[in-house]
Amino acid sequence: MRYPIVLIALLTPIAGFTQDWEDRQVFGQSEAAPLRILSSTDTSFFAPIIEDFIAASPDISVEYLVTGTADIDLIFRASPEQFDVVISSAMDLQLKLTNDGFAAPIEDVDHPDWAQWHNRLFAFTSEPAAIVINRNAMGDLPVPSNRQDLIELMRGDPERFQGRVATYDVRLSGLGYLFATQDARASETYWRLMEVMGRLGAKLYCCSGQMIDDLREGELIIAYNVLGSYARKEAEASNELMVILPSDFPITMMRTVLVSTDASNEQSAQNFVRHLLRLEATGDPATFPLPPLVRSDENAPQRTINLNPALMTYLDQMKRDAFIREWEDAIVQND
Amino acid sequence: MTPEVNVSGSLRNRLVVILTGGAALLAIILYVVVRILAAQIAQQGQDNILNASMSSILDTAVLQDGRVALDFPYSSLSMLTTGADDRVYYAIYEDETLLSGYDWLVSPRDLASDGTHFESTTFADDPLRVATGSRTLIGPDGPRNVFVSIAQTQDALSDTLNASTRNVALLGLGFFVMSSAVAIWAASTTSGQMRRLATSVTRRGPQDLSPVAKPVPTEMAPLVGSLNTFMSRLDHTLTQSEDFIAEAAHRIRTPLATVRSHAEATLQRVERTENRKSLQAMVRAIDESSRAAGQLLDHAMVTFRAENLERSEVDLADLLDELVLRMTPVAEMNDITLTTKLDRPAMLLGDAILLQNALRNLIDNALKYAPAETDVIVKVTNAPTLTVSVSDEGPGFADDEIETLSGRFVRGKNMGNKVGSGLGLTIAQEVAAAHGGTMSLTNKPEGGACVTLSF
Repeated sequence: MRYPIVLIALLTPIAGFTQDWEDRQVFGQSEAAPLRILSSTDTSFFAPIIEDFIAASPDISVEYLVTGTADIDLIFRASPEQFDVVISSAMDLQLKLTNDGFAAPIEDVDHPDWAQWHNRLFAFTSEPAAIVINRNAMGDLPVPSNRQDLIELMRGDPERFQGRVATYDVRLSGLGYLFATQDARASETYWRLMEVMGRLGAKLYCCSGQMIDDLREGELIIAYNVLGSYARKEAEASNELMVILPSDFPITMMRTVLVSTDASNEQSAQNFVRHLLRLEATGDPATFPLPPLVRSDENAPQRTINLNPALMTYLDQMKRDAFIREWEDAIVQND
Repeated sequence: MTPEVNVSGSLRNRLVVILTGGAALLAIILYVVVRILAAQIAQQGQDNILNASMSSILDTAVLQDGRVALDFPYSSLSMLTTGADDRVYYAIYEDETLLSGYDWLVSPRDLASDGTHFESTTFADDPLRVATGSRTLIGPDGPRNVFVSIAQTQDALSDTLNASTRNVALLGLGFFVMSSAVAIWAASTTSGQMRRLATSVTRRGPQDLSPVAKPVPTEMAPLVGSLNTFMSRLDHTLTQSEDFIAEAAHRIRTPLATVRSHAEATLQRVERTENRKSLQAMVRAIDESSRAAGQLLDHAMVTFRAENLERSEVDLADLLDELVLRMTPVAEMNDITLTTKLDRPAMLLGDAILLQNALRNLIDNALKYAPAETDVIVKVTNAPTLTVSVSDEGPGFADDEIETLSGRFVRGKNMGNKVGSGLGLTIAQEVAAAHGGTMSLTNKPEGGACVTLSF
């Protein structure tokens, strides 16, 4: 409860001026004002996409600004005219922005119906929440394949896991909150898992990136609900990391993009979104390094979060307060 | 031929206009009514879902540690998913305090206390439908009222309405087209009855005054009845006048003959020139009257017999031989030679008395107008058609009179002081017509008139 209030207090005065971005890069050169993209996605994933876009329209420059999903919502709501395109993995916050009229329509886009909402919000990735483990630190313990395995594994060897398990801090991360609420909606196992992790003094993170870093360095053994796409990329580089999609039901998130109604570069912004969706449809990893939408039902147990107004349920202030209270009761018990 | 009729509009067109106009009006009414019904039904559907969503949220309201809490299920909002991705807004109030949701939506002050309150409003130019309900929770410190409003945009609703509007418009158009076809058919059928009656009346011969016997629709019965009455009256009048003429001619001829024989006898006895002259004029006038009476009698007879023609085989050549033989004395009196050129046989199915009467009148006319020392030629040809012609070497017909001379009592200008009634050609023509033939009047190039009957 305290954290968001502090965060709001910190962010509000500086939103319009100098912002502490996680990353900020300018692509291309142009006399005109750059296309400002507010995003929660690491620059490394988006650089090829933006470069491809600039190659197609060389007279445009792009300013790519990265921050957390909860920050994006706050910053964008405070000054929607400052940004042209908003990209976030927090589907619920994005949908609420669209519902509240912050998104401009983009007509005649050839995109699956289930991957867009109200012609304004477009999903362009399918990314599951994963369990990531450090193989070395696990030793000879069996590799868990689902949530129940994970609970039993941690209960079986509390000394080893004490202070070395992690998950999102749902109070700070919009994506973490989305994963947690969808998880809790699907199964009671989530609460048991949180209680077990709470007893083990779980560390809470704002972002997937830091969790993966700490895993690789061996500070953590297990992280739960990590963004699978980031973890897979790191796992390719280092042997220690292992990415597990829970076999019972992996929660799958779709990254979404919208164009601000107050965009100063509305035409370029729309062109960028069209370009992005075109690259997604092509699915060439060289220009689209993110996992594209899963168009068929090949992974049956996969649980993709649907784009519909129900996403706003857990954004309700009372529901959010109640959920965070329960979550804190489960996981922050020892702090 | 047809006399001028004062025509104003057309029954058929009037019917078509009234029926298609009515059909168009009905189609428009149908369209409007169905459109309104469809809108009501669609709105009812949306209201039901909004009501369900609102109730499911309101049902979760509980007092928890002295505070109102609502832990509403995911389905409350997911049930509002529509194909058009309609946006959803909600507001939860405890009395005047917003617990969560959108503060601009509805404030509890506007609400009726009982049941679900529905309202249409707009948000950012989009039409919005709002359902609001309330519930009272009884806590230790008294009752607390919870209000829940759920609002949804109407994109899916208007999509549905547009689709149904299109279908209803097609329905209305189809209805109109079919009704118009029926209207045109009905109008044609109705006016067809009139046209058939008119045709059957028009096709009648000039003598046919029998009543219309074919069945006619009720609406036309008074008209046809009047027509029948009118025709029978006309027929009666005509018959009466023919009878009257025949009777009168007959009654006149007999005393005239007596008067004439007295005049002739007196002429033998009178010596003084002026007295002889006036007696001669008297005889002449009596002749003229007697001839006219004869011809009137002939005409009445012709009219009567023509209506009920008795047909038998008649050889026109034999008939003419006899006729010429009988008239030769009259011709010789006038120094005229009667010549016949007869093709044999000249058979005709007809009434010998009528034919004889007609030909006698023609020869009589020719003898009357032919100058002395000339020929009157009576000719019969049997190929290619049967014709009888009588020609003289007299002054001929005036060109401008050829068309009208066969009318009753019409006499030519070239007749000088000859005695005549003007009925001769009429009789000949009526006989020809009764036998399905024609009469033509011509002037010969070398001078003289020629009357030809073709059968």
